[in-house]
Amino acid sequence: MKKRKLGRGVAVIGAGMTKFGMYKNKDSKDLFAEAFNETIASVDKGFDPNEIEALYLGNFSNDFFVHQSHWAPLISDLIGLSPKPATRTEGACASSALAFREGVFAIASGFYDIVLVGGVEEMSKTSTEEVAEGLALATVPYEGRVGFTFPGVFGVIATAYFAKYGASHRDLMNVTIKSHNNAPLNPKAQIPFTIREMMNTKIERAKGKGRPAPQWKDEIEFLSDLSANPPVAWPMHLYDCCPISDGASCMILAAEEIAGNFTDKPLNVIGIGQGSGRGFHSAKSLTSFEATQNAAKEAYGMSGIKPEDIQFSEVHDCFSIAEIIHTEDLGFFKKGEGYKAVRDGLTRLDGPMPVNTSGGLKSKGHPVGATGTSQLVEVWKQLRNEAGERQVKKKNLRIGAAHNLGGTGGTCTFTILERR
Amino acid sequence: MEKKIFSDIEYNEYLNKKKLMGSKCKKCGSLFTPPRPICIDCYGTDMEWIEMKGTGKLAAFTCISIGPPFMIKEGFDRKHPYCVGVVELDEGTKVDARIEGIDPGKPETIKVGMPLAVKYLHREKKGEKLTYLAFEPA
Repeated sequence: MKKRKLGRGVAVIGAGMTKFGMYKNKDSKDLFAEAFNETIASVDKGFDPNEIEALYLGNFSNDFFVHQSHWAPLISDLIGLSPKPATRTEGACASSALAFREGVFAIASGFYDIVLVGGVEEMSKTSTEEVAEGLALATVPYEGRVGFTFPGVFGVIATAYFAKYGASHRDLMNVTIKSHNNAPLNPKAQIPFTIREMMNTKIERAKGKGRPAPQWKDEIEFLSDLSANPPVAWPMHLYDCCPISDGASCMILAAEEIAGNFTDKPLNVIGIGQGSGRGFHSAKSLTSFEATQNAAKEAYGMSGIKPEDIQFSEVHDCFSIAEIIHTEDLGFFKKGEGYKAVRDGLTRLDGPMPVNTSGGLKSKGHPVGATGTSQLVEVWKQLRNEAGERQVKKKNLRIGAAHNLGGTGGTCTFTILERR
Repeated sequence: MEKKIFSDIEYNEYLNKKKLMGSKCKKCGSLFTPPRPICIDCYGTDMEWIEMKGTGKLAAFTCISIGPPFMIKEGFDRKHPYCVGVVELDEGTKVDARIEGIDPGKPETIKVGMPLAVKYLHREKKGEKLTYLAFEPA
């Protein structure tokens, strides 16, 4: 196989993001400004924004969600970058991972030394139905026409996986519970509660209103109760799906040879992969994402490392089943073993292969265009030992990764960062 | 036979006539549903239309409670979910379709692998007839 490499090394020297959530009184510009300010402040030895030479901005569909297009120059003006070049990247929910990748290539080519990459999305000002319609714009037309929704696409993948490997919806609940156990430890998470906390809140609320209190004895009983966890697109239930979110995230990239001017703890981009996928009608398998497999192949091929060398990873969990399948496609677990790995606690914060220490899309939130770089912000925090209560406690934590999926698997990326 | 380009527009025209058509590469024999103008196996561009038998088996499915606006308009909601799935045709290719003749309210009773046969559903869109694929137990 062709050995992939960058023309020169690229490093992350700063990173930041907003808390994800539903913001009535903040728009995309307000959110990006917040993420930008945090990013500038994160540069250890100080940073003059005038040093930024170009912006790559991921945004999926603010055109649809807030009826405004052409976001790159709007954000460029907001942060005082104009008239320097600003480029928007679109890869559905992987839009800002593409921005990151374009930024890396721009520096690796030698054209720029320092660029800003990031993403933004503002989804909560439209109704749930409209958001569903907007997201469905990124399905394959043959799927949309017969009535598929985004959750429906992942419902199909789940039934195919269940039939092939003998898993069930009960196994998916372990993903939800695990992610929500991490979320309260992340101050940027949209839903910073464990499933047990949410369950107890509902019980208390029922008691407070004088209604008979539900008798759930644990999280599994709670998630098995269709009145608490109704189906959205069976077997995808409410708690299998990530929320609707607003938010922004960004990072400063610099040529490796000058990164030391800004920080003594830069993160080097050692693997960067991308792939494209196709609809069910053409997919080789309904229980794998070809795009993820290709992204992994590129990233591992470039870095020269193996899946077992990755010490923790953010993995795109727009729906619970997605996390399971991706952990297999990325090589963390064998095919058909991903659901057992979650059940056995291997992906917990204190497990041998922590997945979604941030809480994942499920509980951290998923403002689609901002998600890709926000996952890398988590890798930044972890590798620099700045993740606070959710810090992965492995010895010599050096290599972390982030996997981002766009649409129904049409665009996937896998990025591996290293602290040297 | 009239020369039709291997497009979604022509594919949908065939559906309107209750024909499920695919394209076959004359060079390497690869078959595609829906049709493709370019063979993704050998890059051949000399294709022919092939009519599918319209039988297959359920490869995977989902029962949707919260649908897009056009499905809500057809009367589907949380209390009345609908089923969509991927059907593997006897010819070996796959199509996306509505699944009828089963109870979408009881997804546990729907089985991956069950044999299915094609039927055609119609809806109006801006006064135009739009046919889309459905399958039901054979």
